[in-house]
Amino acid sequence: MTDQRIDALSPGTFELDGRDVEFAPGDTILRAATRAGHYIPHLCWKPEYGPHGSCRVCTVKVNGRTGAACTVMAGAGQEVQSNTDELNAQRKTLLQMLFVEGNHFCPSCEKSGDCLLQATAYEVGMTGPHFEELYPNRPVDASHADVLLDLNRCILCGLCVRASAMVDGKNVFAIDGHGIATRLIVNSPSGLLGDSALQVDDCAAHICPVGALLPKRRGFATPIGQRRFDISPVSQQVEKDAT
Amino acid sequence: MGRCRGVYAPGFVSMDSTPTRMDTMSSESLQSLIARHQASPHALVQILREAQTLQGWLPREYLVEIAGALGLALAHVQGVAGFYRFLHTRPVGTYRVLFSNNITDRMLGNEALMRDLCERLGVTRGQVRADGRISIELASCTGLCDQGPALLVNHHQIVTRLNPGRIEHIAALIEAQVPPAQWPPEWSRVDDQIRLTDVKLGTQPAPGEALAAAIARGPQGTLDDLKRSKLRGRGGAGYATATKWQLCRNAPGQTRYVVCNADEGEPGTFKDRVLLTSYADGVIEGMTIGAWVVGARRGLIYLRGEYRYLLERLQAVLQRRREQRLLGEAIQGRVGFDFDIGIHIGAGAYVCGEESALIESLEGKRGTPRIRPPFPVESGYLGQPTTVNNVETFSAVTHIALHGGEWWSRIGTPQSTGTKIHSVSGDCERPGIYEYPFGTRIGRILEDCGARDTQAVQVGGPSGVCLSAFEFNRRIGFEDVPTAGAFMVFNRSRDMFSVARNFAHFFAHESCGFCTPCRVGTKLVVRRMEKLQRGDGSAADVQVLFELDKLMHGTTHCGLGAAACNPLRDTIARFRPAYERHLQSLHFVPGFDLDAELSQARLATARDDSAAHLENKE
Repeated sequence: MTDQRIDALSPGTFELDGRDVEFAPGDTILRAATRAGHYIPHLCWKPEYGPHGSCRVCTVKVNGRTGAACTVMAGAGQEVQSNTDELNAQRKTLLQMLFVEGNHFCPSCEKSGDCLLQATAYEVGMTGPHFEELYPNRPVDASHADVLLDLNRCILCGLCVRASAMVDGKNVFAIDGHGIATRLIVNSPSGLLGDSALQVDDCAAHICPVGALLPKRRGFATPIGQRRFDISPVSQQVEKDAT
Repeated sequence: MGRCRGVYAPGFVSMDSTPTRMDTMSSESLQSLIARHQASPHALVQILREAQTLQGWLPREYLVEIAGALGLALAHVQGVAGFYRFLHTRPVGTYRVLFSNNITDRMLGNEALMRDLCERLGVTRGQVRADGRISIELASCTGLCDQGPALLVNHHQIVTRLNPGRIEHIAALIEAQVPPAQWPPEWSRVDDQIRLTDVKLGTQPAPGEALAAAIARGPQGTLDDLKRSKLRGRGGAGYATATKWQLCRNAPGQTRYVVCNADEGEPGTFKDRVLLTSYADGVIEGMTIGAWVVGARRGLIYLRGEYRYLLERLQAVLQRRREQRLLGEAIQGRVGFDFDIGIHIGAGAYVCGEESALIESLEGKRGTPRIRPPFPVESGYLGQPTTVNNVETFSAVTHIALHGGEWWSRIGTPQSTGTKIHSVSGDCERPGIYEYPFGTRIGRILEDCGARDTQAVQVGGPSGVCLSAFEFNRRIGFEDVPTAGAFMVFNRSRDMFSVARNFAHFFAHESCGFCTPCRVGTKLVVRRMEKLQRGDGSAADVQVLFELDKLMHGTTHCGLGAAACNPLRDTIARFRPAYERHLQSLHFVPGFDLDAELSQARLATARDDSAAHLENKE
């Protein structure tokens, strides 16, 4: 905590890996960098949503101090390091943690090729889990007519929770538990997705960056090899058109 | 995705009537306790805590009813209930026994005592006995390290100084279904055990005396004097109290709040328990002075769930102070100076000691630390400027208001003024409470408490530092060895690896689960430590522990995860042989014996011929 607010009240420029990046008042480093077309790896953040800061994959160094780029406010003259060996190695470890925490079997997952976790892992050069797999026992909820909920793949990014609350106005999802037992739960009398208010065209049904929430019967509409991250790596698909 | 935009209002939904199968009596009790809290979603944690007393746990019908009455989503209510260790969404025993599992309790034999109780009652740890009578679990430190081992019954009543005799007696009382309130009162005796006093624990001002001095100085005058004292927060971070109050005072807001952080969860710390037991007037007066300075009308004490037994005593002090016109409207006759204090009881979550997680919990939510900035002084409780200070800080404020900042600043060291209260426990003859000026040598404290043949001291709890004998000349203070108040002593008979292992379990148990590095990292650390404990570890595992420590220091969302590997790093650096004793071999390189792995396949196929062994294959 400092005596002054650290978020800038006027526009300015900071330096990201040696390149100047312009920011607007209220921007976080990740928002400004994304708008300028620069890639900082991230999973739990989307331009349309505010800072969340749970995956920590966007961790950068700001004037030598580490912080999540999605939560640290941009400030004039900041020196931000992101694409360094040290930070990319950290990202790889965080991704490995997410992989071993859940049950991620890319070859049999219909999200393969469209999956942000998989694409980001490729991006930072992850070739194996490094840690022992935890193999948690997590249920698959296929009760909904149009949407599959497979908690084995959930990375607890909270995007569906936020989308359902902020956009759909339904609060279909919430987070339960603590520590390694933290889990996504469904708001319905039975706790099953089929009994919830979720509809297939809800924002929450489509926002999952991994394959935990999938609209049914569309799995292979786009063949493997022609999917989003099959075509070009995630670092070349920065969502700069969004705010 | 342009339409995916909006304001996040966690959990609120329109009210709809969900059918329940609850009996009428429970429903009425539930409705009346909800009404007592004005059906406020911000009171959710308190409502859940109180609702749980009806049956000992929270059946889903309760959650449905509470969600309906508060206008919250059922999943939100479930998620809040599932966050706190003292709230149960599955049945627990009528007698729910929690053994405090700090390392000091372990050193006093809590494991054997728990096993004994489990055997006598025929129950497995973590499970409910078939008749529903009893369940037994471990809990994080209950703040009774100087008179442990301790246990907590039904989240309400404590038993100190456990021994085999008491365990035998407890088992008999539970089998005879004697309510805990009728157990021998001597068992629940909690002594202050104040061994050494200085200015804070010495002569106490009469109630209102320090407040009158502050009122006479005016809010700005009081703040200026506090600045002169150079008082720094006693909760561990050591932020300048006057600066915090100044920021809160200056921040725009409709109202302001003063919050006392009495969520004393750092294992080995129990000084706040003593302050709240025997010096509550000084603490509450400090809060009132804080309200005077920042312009708050409402204060909150966040009392950790483990200290539930202090509630009635604290409420009595608050009530007496209202009658003395030291709380309420026109305090000490000063028109316009209105301030009162409520007590929020925690529900077992160490992370709520972090001020923004504490505020989330006060607001009835999961105790997940907030993104900062904004800091609570700008946007705290209900979005209003809020100052959160430690119990001991408020106590110091009272003495400073009475004797002046100049007086305080002459005690201690230039960067760490005043005194610090230490909770001393572990291998020493006289565990208890010791107050010293900052700048005191570690060795001096060890001498005073009667510690002999000391191998190490854990200062400031698991999040603090572990010091070995060659560092006992270092001094307590922000410039050398900062501390939140724990002082755990280990003699040479102790295995420092076991100490670190206990702390690793503590952090994994208390991780809020929000961010990847802490949620997964604390678990991976525990698995490594267990592997070493089993004797299956190698030097490579120690290397992974180093990597995890580095990662968690640099990437976690809050201080809990960042500090989670401190004990590991300190003990590996200082007591490496303790780890190496647990390794298979210092030079063991982990590998894979493929042929041995095939033994199951040979068994399944009933083959043991030479072609079924790898070494015979081409």
